[in-house]
Amino acid sequence: MSAGRLRVEWSPGSDRLTGICHCGAQHTAEDPSEIWAWLLAHPDHPVT
Amino acid sequence: MVFARNQWYVAAYSQEVGDGLLARTICGRPLVMYRTRTGEAVALTDRCVHRRFPLSESNRDGDRIVCGYHGFTYAPDGACVAVPGQTRIPRTARVPAFQVVEQDSFVWVWIGDGEGDASAIPRAAWFGSPDYTTVRGMEPLAARYELLVDNLLDLSHETYLHAGFIGTPEVAQTPINTEVDEEAGIVYVSRRMKDVECPPFYAESTGIDGRIDRWQDIEYHPPCLYLLHSRIALTGVEPGPDGDDSKAFHVEVGYAITPETETTTHDFWLVARDFAPADENVSAFLADNNRTVVLQDVEALNVLEKVIASEPEGYQELSINIDTGGLAARRILRRQTAR
Repeated sequence: MSAGRLRVEWSPGSDRLTGICHCGAQHTAEDPSEIWAWLLAHPDHPVT
Repeated sequence: MVFARNQWYVAAYSQEVGDGLLARTICGRPLVMYRTRTGEAVALTDRCVHRRFPLSESNRDGDRIVCGYHGFTYAPDGACVAVPGQTRIPRTARVPAFQVVEQDSFVWVWIGDGEGDASAIPRAAWFGSPDYTTVRGMEPLAARYELLVDNLLDLSHETYLHAGFIGTPEVAQTPINTEVDEEAGIVYVSRRMKDVECPPFYAESTGIDGRIDRWQDIEYHPPCLYLLHSRIALTGVEPGPDGDDSKAFHVEVGYAITPETETTTHDFWLVARDFAPADENVSAFLADNNRTVVLQDVEALNVLEKVIASEPEGYQELSINIDTGGLAARRILRRQTAR
């Protein structure tokens, strides 16, 4: 993913969201607020 | 709430600005707009510097405005060039002029300090392109602009608020993908529906009879410009490997979301299409139907504004997956407003 791009994918058939940072780190959760907080913490993504 | 300053906002459609004096409040600032004899759009503060009489209620003398109360006369750059009964024009006799850029059928104004960068204005070329046929309108919204942003970033509401027009059950049922370009400050929300019901809005305008693949690709450029790239095709019709997508129908929906006051908004809407370009029945249908849809939103958001105005502070909303794009938009707006 290009620099500065943050992506949130919602898996079909699931309630889970996956946040993908431009650095390649990923995090899955069910709450969009949690996903954005995790993404915006770059480069200090909380370890899950 | 304060407005995002140092931003470009759509103040009017180009076609609205002509010989007359058009009054419109943008981000709490009263503007008067007109077009000079050479075709240049002008936006000045709509208050005479003398006794604040609205210049929009005044008269033109060539490219100048003569205040309808005492005759203070202003040039297109806002400078006062004549006052009644005396030759000396006070040094401070000037009304602020707003930087104007006309692009893609919009009149953009810079609300902020100094000179805005015109290249930063987001493009929507189809609204001014002869390759597309566009219908448009503007509805006054008695609600804060953030409510319209929320509304447009989450199209699952189409299923419930716009059933029978653009809403079908599958819109709310289909997951979205969301992307934010942090550097450019753009929010993208994509919903790709396969083998779904064709809503009347698209069935009647395209003539499609059957199930469709429907793409909704949102591109929001905060604070003002919202674009929805809508692709409609018979189920199974995909773009070719060379990118040719001529078997699909493309509708470019646009909104310019311009705050009027803290709790009212100018809701500019446009629908551009790449099919049946000269068919006036299709144009009339899309204009009428889209206006109905917009008014359904306006009615709902006006109710919501009253709810917000009457509730105690601290109401806790609940956000779920459908709000992923809306939350991103809110964050960028907060960042812009804080600058």
